Amino acid sequence: MGTVAIPPFETFYAEHNSEVLGLLRRKVGRDRADDAFQETFLRALRAYDRLDHGEHLRAWVLTIASRVAIDIHRRTKPTAEVPEILHEDTRPAYEDLGELTDGLPAKERAAVVLRYGYDLTYDQIAAALDSSPDAARQAASSGVRRLRKEAQL
Amino acid sequence: MTVPTDLDLRFREAAARSGMLDVGYDLVDSPIGPLLVAASDRGLLRISFDPDLEQHLEWLSRIAGRNVLRAPRQVDGVRRELDEYFEGRRHAFDLALDLRGVTPFTERVLMELARIPFGETATYAELAARAGSPKAARAVGMTMNRNRIPIVLPCHRVIGANGSLVGYAGGLERKVALLTLEGVLL
Repeated sequence: MGTVAIPPFETFYAEHNSEVLGLLRRKVGRDRADDAFQETFLRALRAYDRLDHGEHLRAWVLTIASRVAIDIHRRTKPTAEVPEILHEDTRPAYEDLGELTDGLPAKERAAVVLRYGYDLTYDQIAAALDSSPDAARQAASSGVRRLRKEAQL
Repeated sequence: MTVPTDLDLRFREAAARSGMLDVGYDLVDSPIGPLLVAASDRGLLRISFDPDLEQHLEWLSRIAGRNVLRAPRQVDGVRRELDEYFEGRRHAFDLALDLRGVTPFTERVLMELARIPFGETATYAELAARAGSPKAARAVGMTMNRNRIPIVLPCHRVIGANGSLVGYAGGLERKVALLTLEGVLL
């Protein structure tokens, strides 16, 4: 049960938009940051009414932004091989998310990224990590807790 | 760092176009002060004279869903009709209304209210009678006081039996201004 109420989207957007833009400018450069910014918040808007609590919204939107940045890098390097993302102990496609999730244990890191970056369900994440949905949920939530603790330091 | 205005507006525009908003709102300038105007995909949901945005956001989110965003495009149609009204070029509004959550009594009263023409007035008791509840003048007064969509639902056209203006949720001076605009008061 979430105890933190989910704010109206306007409040969420106003609180995080400048940080998201800063992150995107660092990751994809000024020229491409505007499109990435719009894409990030449209993805957030699409998922927003499915959120079931208002915790970790900052980590959530920064992960979406990182995911958008990765997509942009991929699109602009069409010949680059798309890395395999489904192994828990390698450093796969979400390597660029280092800025946010680098400190996490591999499994938590994967769960966080797949859940909040890729918007996969826990069933899908469990399949990716070769574990149970419950374990995937636990890994994602303890990863986010850890991120949150770091963010508050 | 703040987000540049053009980028911010571009996102709000795209969000309104995406169909994913539950409510889009904007502040609309008018001769009687800035108006908060909010619309869902069902229609006009709220007009308010009160600038306390946070309170509106909570209310809109509760009543229509949490995807509430300032999105000028979403209220373009309302803005146009309000502009025309205040310029004296429009006497009747042609807007879909989103009255979700109101009681059947309130809805009946508001539908009768909407029939009072530009430039005319009715008393609270007359409106109650037209809504089929002749003894409910006081309840009609409450309904006017809580009208979610003032101006478009013209509660300013409802006055006391003795001709006094009685009151207006947006402040009596606004009621005077609207009735003056409509030629009821000089």
